[in-house]
Amino acid sequence: MATMIGTSVKRREDAKFLTGRGNYTDDINRPGQVHAYIIRSPHAHATLASVKTDKAAKRPGVVAVLTGADTAADGIGGLPCGWLIHNKDGSPMVEPPHPPLAQGKVRHVGDPVAVVIAETYAQARDAAEHVEIDYKALPAVSDASKAIERGAPQLHDEAKGNLCYDWHLGDKAAVDAAFAKAAKVAKIDLINNRLIPNAMEPRAALGEFNRATGEYTLYTTSQNPHVIRLLMGAHVLHVAESKLRVIAPDVGGGFGSKIYHYAEEAIVTWAAAKVNRPVKWTAERSESFMSDAQGRDHATHGELALDKDGKFLALRVSTVANLGGYLSTFSTTIPTWLYATLLAGVYTTPVIYCEVKAVFTNTVPVDAYRGAGRPEASYLLERLVDIAANVCGLDRAEIRKRNFIPKTAFPYQTPVALQYDSGDYPGCLETAVKASDYAGYDKRRAASEKAGKLRGIGISTYIEACGIAPSAVVGSLGARAGLYEVGTVRVHPTGTISVLTGTHSHGQGHETTFAQVVADALGVPMESIEVVHGDTAMIPFGMGTYGSRSLAVGGSAILKAVDKIVAKSKKIAAHLLEAAEADIEFKDGVFSVAGTDRSKTLGEIALAAYVPHNYPIETVEPGLDETAFYDPKNFTFPAGTHICEVEVDPQTGVVTVEKFTAVDDVGRVINPMIVEGQVHGGVVQGIGQALYEGCVYDPKTGQLLTGSMMDYCMPRADNLPAFSVGHHTTLCTHNQLGVKGCGEVGAIGSPPAVMNAVVDALKPYGITHLDMPATPERVWRAIHSARQPRAAE
Amino acid sequence: MYNFEYSRAKSVADAAKAASGDAEAKLLAGGMTLIPTLKQRLAKPTALIDLNGIADLAGIKRDGNNLVIGAMTRHAEVARSKDVKAVIPALAHLAEMIGDPAVRNRGTIGGSIANHDPAADYPAGVLGLNATVITNKRQIKADDFFTGMFATALQDGEIITAVSFPKPDKAGYMKFKNPASRYAIVGVFVAKTGNDVRVAVTGAGAGVFRAKDLESALTKSFLPTAVEGIKIAADGLNSDIHASAEYRAHLITVMAKRAVVACG
Repeated sequence: MATMIGTSVKRREDAKFLTGRGNYTDDINRPGQVHAYIIRSPHAHATLASVKTDKAAKRPGVVAVLTGADTAADGIGGLPCGWLIHNKDGSPMVEPPHPPLAQGKVRHVGDPVAVVIAETYAQARDAAEHVEIDYKALPAVSDASKAIERGAPQLHDEAKGNLCYDWHLGDKAAVDAAFAKAAKVAKIDLINNRLIPNAMEPRAALGEFNRATGEYTLYTTSQNPHVIRLLMGAHVLHVAESKLRVIAPDVGGGFGSKIYHYAEEAIVTWAAAKVNRPVKWTAERSESFMSDAQGRDHATHGELALDKDGKFLALRVSTVANLGGYLSTFSTTIPTWLYATLLAGVYTTPVIYCEVKAVFTNTVPVDAYRGAGRPEASYLLERLVDIAANVCGLDRAEIRKRNFIPKTAFPYQTPVALQYDSGDYPGCLETAVKASDYAGYDKRRAASEKAGKLRGIGISTYIEACGIAPSAVVGSLGARAGLYEVGTVRVHPTGTISVLTGTHSHGQGHETTFAQVVADALGVPMESIEVVHGDTAMIPFGMGTYGSRSLAVGGSAILKAVDKIVAKSKKIAAHLLEAAEADIEFKDGVFSVAGTDRSKTLGEIALAAYVPHNYPIETVEPGLDETAFYDPKNFTFPAGTHICEVEVDPQTGVVTVEKFTAVDDVGRVINPMIVEGQVHGGVVQGIGQALYEGCVYDPKTGQLLTGSMMDYCMPRADNLPAFSVGHHTTLCTHNQLGVKGCGEVGAIGSPPAVMNAVVDALKPYGITHLDMPATPERVWRAIHSARQPRAAE
Repeated sequence: MYNFEYSRAKSVADAAKAASGDAEAKLLAGGMTLIPTLKQRLAKPTALIDLNGIADLAGIKRDGNNLVIGAMTRHAEVARSKDVKAVIPALAHLAEMIGDPAVRNRGTIGGSIANHDPAADYPAGVLGLNATVITNKRQIKADDFFTGMFATALQDGEIITAVSFPKPDKAGYMKFKNPASRYAIVGVFVAKTGNDVRVAVTGAGAGVFRAKDLESALTKSFLPTAVEGIKIAADGLNSDIHASAEYRAHLITVMAKRAVVACG
């Protein structure tokens, strides 16, 4: 009866979301609740000479005005960083303090300085205008490459030259030797543009304190409530886990930006105890722009050494990564272990060396954003491979084929730490080439040219690593957390089932997919299964959702718990059916004695377990409720081929995506519709990065120039063609479901496909590279300067 | 937003009376600029005088050879109006290009031109079509109406009641949208009436303006090729993170050419 896996079951969560019956953090109101307005720095860099609150405290409705002096007086800790990176010389990275409310200095526009708490939000905001803050502005630097130059403004006393770490991976000597023998070298300098995540639901936090019990509750827009409880409880507020409950109810999108422990969470929880009333804060969209962790922002030089036949001999990469003003929770691992380790891509490059300087600047902190490090790696590599094809005079598909890791080579050990377990890269390419009607491209290009447009086609054959694990390995790399997952399967007395998961769904459709998996595993209807997540008081310690891990890691934990349920049920069935346990078979939700028609349903067994009148009580405990923790053996490695066709209007520089084909290997597909939706969303964000989105800070002042939707361009429906999405599946070899993860593939595979297409379209002008986003003016300038050579300037 | 007094005017006279008594009061039409400005606390009016209850300010009429559009007529109504499509299809097209569906269903022609955002679409249509702005006090020719960035000839207590558009022989509007805001980075409205050719440009400068070089070229020969070689000077044009002055200057020519093509 394994009929649910592979079926496009409609998302059961959509009824509430589409009819406005979701329960988001801002929908929750607690008795006696007051409202917080966070006063944020308007300066990118300034010392705080004084913060005077007395006038504001007397304004109507004001309950309290709290500042960094108050957090310091209460011994409130700084926001911790979850991953320790070591420098080339083995010394640890610099970890400057990250106070929830500024202590003496502000380091980016939006840095929280004080909080005004009042009966209404409007009163808090009104009163905030009466807090007198004396900022002494300092010179600011927003560009990471400039921040490490001599004489640049210095952010933290601890970080000389604004350097957090200078890290490397790979065998430099072997790489240098390979370059010395290379027939050809392809080179690129590129910027991976900074992005602003913009989840549909702005961040919000509601803190509550029960003076009678000493218990704190935080409702928050989080992808991982247990992690928030641990970080905030242990490091910031010094509250025991048993006295701190964190609830992440319905959350409207995260894309990584809701992984981290943010200042506002700590502020409202701490303030709730101080004012003895629940305190709510909900970000305005403009606050999201200046306080949600941002993504990407690399400046990279890359070189690929080739032999005369276009075989890759070595890759050498040097990256400057912008971390922003402070270390966000997982910021340090993004440009290192989630970036350099992916630089082998789907190719057999034998030696690779990558060095990364991570730098503080007067900008909003940078952390994981959909893909996190892997889009940066695939963009660099796939652009470089296109340039290599050009250098070698090879077709861009052909050079990829010559260098693919063959299907027979798995498990494949890369020179940058990872061991890929499965994949079929030539198969993905072949499927995508067919699906995209690659053969008909010349006709389409001719038609575009007839209409006065340039047309280009781009391929990206990407790989990523998901379900980051095992815990022991990531621990040895500096992770300060485990990366297992937990699942509980609770069979109720009448046979209905609650599945508790430590992952968190904020748009991914877990409530549907996980129920499909359990329905098949236990042979029960999906309707009898509910999936529960997001509350530390209900669910064992789980690690949350990010890095496309939920099904591969969380789903595997659930299946382990299912196995325990089945094993225990067999014992109970053996007793009820008066047979030996070894003779009990389980199939389609029924436990039967082999070779007979005697059987018990799961529901009957559950009832016996909770009403144990006739029960093997000497050897089996009552109840049918099992929890399992699952620590994966390895990462999973989704991969695929994306093919993009663009048109460029040479008169205006406008690029339009005309055709987009994605063929992904995400392992076994549980719900094809949900996977397709995930791929669509990721591809749209990737197209956004390639063509539209770019966070801009004023280079002189550090002011955020793209601080609203008026200036920061999110992709919209009318920017996009219909996508063709397909699969070429190989199964993950080390988890029971064979799944790999699908949340990030779109955002990882698509930017290089789009940019390779744009550059291909501009090839007649001799253009070999263009940075993202390929805005109309950037494209027009490239065309314009190619038409009018430098001599004309 | 800050607190303010709110009143809903029953007639233009009613609104004018309320507005003339208070220099810090603001008239509320569609509110597509004013409300976000208030929410951002960038304006602190003492009072909002809501024009949405004045029924006779909205509507589209044909008056001989003219099209008269009431000040409170929504963009969506102009975009789908049979009369507008019949008399000046380019104006319906312009209205269809404004913002997004929510904006088009709230925003009004009177509000748009009274605000005179330098990147708004309607000012190009009003100036390009040589329209007349009708207020509760007088009639103002388009050439006299737009006086600078966010500035018009309107006086205190003066309220736009309608805009009267003479029917051109041909007209076309071509807009190069800011991909984020969907305002015009450059919008060019071209209209030909008899031997008179007008080219109005929005988005590129401190306010809507007529491009005289393009007008004289098109007066000589009303063909796309007539403007092709004309280089617009970048001096004084807007420059921001979306488009430099030089790029805007280039786009004026490209959009003008395409607007002539759109004239058919």
